[in-house]
Amino acid sequence: MDLPSLLTVVVLAVFVGFEVVSKVTSTLHTPLMSGANAIHGIILIGAILVAGQATELLPLGLALFAVLLATVNLVGGFVVTDRMLHMFRGRNQPGTSDRKHDA
Amino acid sequence: MNLLPAEATALLYLVVAVCFILALKGLSSPRTARRGNLIGAAGAALAVVTVFLSVRLENVLAILVAVVVGALIAAPIARRVQMTQMPQLVALFNGVGGGAAALVAILELTAHDDAWVRAAVVFTLVVGAVSFAGSGVTVAKLQELMTTRPVIFGGMRWVMTAVVVLLLVAAALVTVTGDLVWATVLLLLGLAGGVLLVLPVGGADVPIVISLLNAFTGLAVAASGVVLDNVLLLVAGTLVGASGTILTRAMAAAMGRGVAGILFGAFRGGSTAGAGTVSERPVRSSGPEDVAVMLGFAQRVVIVPGYGLAVSQGQHTIAELADALEARGVEVSFAIHPVAGRMPGHMNVLLAEANVPYESLREMAEVNPELRNMDVALVVGANDVVNPAAKTSPGSPIYGMPILEVADSQQVVFLKRSMRPGFAGIENELLYSPKTTLLFGDAKDSLTRVLGAVKAL
Repeated sequence: MDLPSLLTVVVLAVFVGFEVVSKVTSTLHTPLMSGANAIHGIILIGAILVAGQATELLPLGLALFAVLLATVNLVGGFVVTDRMLHMFRGRNQPGTSDRKHDA
Repeated sequence: MNLLPAEATALLYLVVAVCFILALKGLSSPRTARRGNLIGAAGAALAVVTVFLSVRLENVLAILVAVVVGALIAAPIARRVQMTQMPQLVALFNGVGGGAAALVAILELTAHDDAWVRAAVVFTLVVGAVSFAGSGVTVAKLQELMTTRPVIFGGMRWVMTAVVVLLLVAAALVTVTGDLVWATVLLLLGLAGGVLLVLPVGGADVPIVISLLNAFTGLAVAASGVVLDNVLLLVAGTLVGASGTILTRAMAAAMGRGVAGILFGAFRGGSTAGAGTVSERPVRSSGPEDVAVMLGFAQRVVIVPGYGLAVSQGQHTIAELADALEARGVEVSFAIHPVAGRMPGHMNVLLAEANVPYESLREMAEVNPELRNMDVALVVGANDVVNPAAKTSPGSPIYGMPILEVADSQQVVFLKRSMRPGFAGIENELLYSPKTTLLFGDAKDSLTRVLGAVKAL
């Protein structure tokens, strides 16, 4: 990518990030952190691309380890965020109790 | 395997980026948050499918095995870990993401001749390594594998300066030459930098550090997008970097200090004051029955939860106590300090687990003016966030931090384990105030006994 398009994408993403997050209520700051944490687990596709081009044993091993770490970040991040959000409910949404499997 | 045309790949990545934005946007309300997160997860799954179809990859089987193993490790941990250990878990997931970014960077180094792209490699490598090592120390502190107090040693300033100088030299060398040996040195220096960055941070400031390192990993991932010429990594990383920065700054503001002051405050010597000693001054302590009478015959009670509640797993008991009081006609609300606990919004998650409706949780700015109308403020396992030293003693490390002004309430009840000062290690004058009553013991035990006494009234 050339520099001007790169900067365009970055600057717009920064603004979208600021705009979207400044509306998040402080009640949901933990899920926000956890959700953002899950999103950067997308480094997984970078790790997959590198592992898919590795030809020697050591780089391949390291790249596969990166794939493993990134998957832990991505999958763990979304699962734990879902679990947290499952617990947030208002007065009029009794929902199912989380106590059974989370006790 | 059929390969997608480049345009289709780019469009699919665009869809994924939109999914991620919707995931963050969903968090503006608890009603839409869960659906948003599921959209984000679906986007991530789409991205993984897309990458396999986008270019011809070798080692596909090995990669799939690594993905499956990673998922099988992460999902059960994420599902089973206790809510009180959530900060550690988030820090852990953040650290491995940073580690993955650093590995991707070092493996890509030799593939690029362009010094400009190598600069992006260097950035990803250093920031990813700092995030990995820093998160590791954070996890150790939160899991109490090491001391939670700020760690500083003689000459630490010089060691830090040396590491930073060497890091800059190595970074310049790698950018210019692309030498793999120097890149490895750079990786090690980044790891050392991460450790040194987090060691001096005291336990009470850990939420800020988790949030900051989260932003770091985001930036590392964004830079890796430049390295791999992948717009999705660039956009997703930038989104996380931007949102993490906002959250970090909002939390620092809630503590009344700058981010730099939080990271390097220990070097000014302030936060080791108090040193965890037990004070001998007289306090008024009483039994659960007395506390039950104070609460049960009050009109308005505000509950201030802190980390002690999380440690004792007392969230369900406190929810029951609130219900029992409300059944007696007492108005009960929860006052949440933005940095109570070990993670931003930690108390909100904990009380949500106990089915406390989020409407009952009041933010500091909203609840502070009303505290003077409260008959009883029940402080459970919190200390620093209600410590008037933040307003009255300029020498204190928490000076300037906005607090919940429970001293304005008619009476204050502290449920405390002992007279040891809080995580920040600072004496709390409020404990010795004539309007204060203390009930010693583990938060959950004390709550159970108070609950029993309230029911018997």
